[in-house]
Amino acid sequence: MAKILEKRKVRPDVYYIRLDTPDIAEHAKPGQFVIIRIHKNGERIPISLADIDPERGSISLMYMTVGKTSTELSTLEVGDEIKDVVGPLGKPSHIEKFGRVALVGGGFGVAPLYPIAKALKAAGNEVVTVMGARNEDLLLYENEMAATCDEVLITTDDGSKGIKGVVTIALEEELKKGIDLVIAIGPAIMMKFVCKTTEPHKVKTWVSLNPIMVDGTGMCGACRVSVGGQTKFGCIDGPEFDGHEVDWDLLMSRQQMYLKEEKEAMELYECNCAPAS
Amino acid sequence: MSENEEQSEEKQEVKRERRKLIPDKVAMPHQDPIERGKNFDEVALGYTVEQALEEAERCILCPKPPCIKGCPVEVPIREFIELIRDNDFVGASRKIKETNLLPAVCGRVCPQEDQCEKVCVVGKKFEPVSIGRLERFAADYERETGEKAVFKLAESTGKRVAVVGSGPAGITAAAELAKLGHSVTMYEALHEPGGVLIYGIPEFRLPKAIVADEIRALEDMGVEIKTNVVIGKLFTIADLKAEFDAVFIGTGAGLPMFMNIDGENLNGVYSANEFLSRTNLMKAYEFPEFDTPIKVGKKVTVVGGGNVAMDSVRTALRLGAEEATIVYRRSEEELPARIEEVHHAKEEQIKFDLLTSPIRIIDNGEGWVKAIECIRMELGEPDDSGRRRPIPIEGSEFQIPCDLVIMAIGTNSNPIIPETTKDLELNKWGYIVTDENTGKTSIEGVYAGGDIVTGSATVILAMGAGRKSANAVHRFLMGIPEPELETEEGKEQPVN
Repeated sequence: MAKILEKRKVRPDVYYIRLDTPDIAEHAKPGQFVIIRIHKNGERIPISLADIDPERGSISLMYMTVGKTSTELSTLEVGDEIKDVVGPLGKPSHIEKFGRVALVGGGFGVAPLYPIAKALKAAGNEVVTVMGARNEDLLLYENEMAATCDEVLITTDDGSKGIKGVVTIALEEELKKGIDLVIAIGPAIMMKFVCKTTEPHKVKTWVSLNPIMVDGTGMCGACRVSVGGQTKFGCIDGPEFDGHEVDWDLLMSRQQMYLKEEKEAMELYECNCAPAS
Repeated sequence: MSENEEQSEEKQEVKRERRKLIPDKVAMPHQDPIERGKNFDEVALGYTVEQALEEAERCILCPKPPCIKGCPVEVPIREFIELIRDNDFVGASRKIKETNLLPAVCGRVCPQEDQCEKVCVVGKKFEPVSIGRLERFAADYERETGEKAVFKLAESTGKRVAVVGSGPAGITAAAELAKLGHSVTMYEALHEPGGVLIYGIPEFRLPKAIVADEIRALEDMGVEIKTNVVIGKLFTIADLKAEFDAVFIGTGAGLPMFMNIDGENLNGVYSANEFLSRTNLMKAYEFPEFDTPIKVGKKVTVVGGGNVAMDSVRTALRLGAEEATIVYRRSEEELPARIEEVHHAKEEQIKFDLLTSPIRIIDNGEGWVKAIECIRMELGEPDDSGRRRPIPIEGSEFQIPCDLVIMAIGTNSNPIIPETTKDLELNKWGYIVTDENTGKTSIEGVYAGGDIVTGSATVILAMGAGRKSANAVHRFLMGIPEPELETEEGKEQPVN
């Protein structure tokens, strides 16, 4: 059981919650994730850690309401309990002094980059963050990243804030100035294009893969991804992998395996419940 | 009476019993094969009192019963059968629980035909006594009375033991240690305890309500169970060693094995672990009442020949498959699954494509399975395991159209604990090396048993290992020296 200590709606479809999980907060490292299950009929879903606070004994998660479970989660309020929270899972991000690191965040992918940014700074790196959204109202974690990183570059599709365009445009400029490592987190298609951008520059690019998961401890193989032509398990070999080696088409195809059931569950959920306040 | 006279008296007794030999086992009532292919209710319905008494009469009450030694935990078989004959069914269950905490489970899933029933004296001439069915009967009877078995716990020793894993090995180790007076905390990675009993073995072979009752019994003994804790991730073995006086690792085999053939990552290809976990643990067959989905194939192919393969193929059928097929590279004789389960599967009209091995899985053009290409096999000379090696027959490739493939070819060692535990000696397959008499690992105070030591095996073997280790942990904690082991002359091992 984990109580919700804090809840914020950061975007119409993105929520931030902070959970009372002292043990996980004490042992978790940037780049790791937890699996949660809201109630006894619930499914298990992985969510990356958006912040780790051992002093307050809490972890933060940022998630998007994409389907039934995430939407149901967004109806829980401060003081409510999430039935099962397990973690920290996955291998932590590899942190050392690389030099100048570019973090590229797509949508709520910025959130897990935050603890990674803090750790990279503590290890003596220069950290530049590129974050993008369709328009300025959809940007997330701006202040948090600005407080941590040496530089934050914002891109918006419509030009309402920062550079007009997608994140790869800003990234391309930074690559020209010299980058030792890129870490990209966001939707698969975004990470794929970041990797396409960095490849000609031969800059190492790590990505955080987000396959479907069930147990999260290597027991079931639902999270199989193909990296460098080899099958790996996202939950125990990852979630961080060398982006240039990832079979993106396979990842995106496997993420679609339950589209039909997801739609059905969402439709049933929507017609059963009162309109969201 | 002299010893010779006593022995002769016993032989007369046995001869008298033998004259009453009843050749056939009392048949176990089952759900109709076609009906049961549509539900998840138990297949075997259990003996009635009359049937149990009839079967118990078949036992000739050997003076030196070989069946007991045939059991990995040495259940006092003759004694419990005598109690059944005396109409003391609850007593029979309690007698079994002196060495086997989970008779309701073992009576259902043990391969008795390879253990106690294999060496049954009656079985030398006729069908062996149906020890498994009687064990199940006694356990179910006790459960139905609602009377809880109260285990006498020794005085508290003040010692604390951490048990990692709440499967059969962990449950048994925890119960034994609790009985010996130690304080036990059990850690389970999943959100529900039971391990393979809860995620692997299907409802129609082992109802989850039974597992839940056994877990409750464990908690009644004072064992503290903490779910959602992955040892190796949240706390390490070193952390546990610092906080507890001893640690037992019973985390199971865990990592699903794949063939690494083309197409194995297509949508519609599951590992048996995932398929069974979604169904058994997450109740995906009740979607959308339960949120976890599962794909119900029309034509399902399951690769493998063990109990897990049988469980997978029969689960696929119950989910709604029109056709469910087993593909196995050797012949029927070599199938590792229990004969009873193969028999049940055949009754349910599961197809068997034996001497067949997959080569690749074929894409329908949209990232989904549409067929599995296989090759026919023939058996050559025996390999290391003693089984005849399957050899592909050139030119015999063919395709089996299907929309769901389940790989049930075994498991490998889960790396989470090995990778995070310094100085833990592993063998070349990644399993934990232990002393075979005590379960002691290369780390002082840390013991291990079950599939994480042996690779995929059975519930009862894991329980035997749990029991053995619990007694060794007890000796370690109390400063009792290890008993003398057998010498070259083959002296009998003292019983723990």
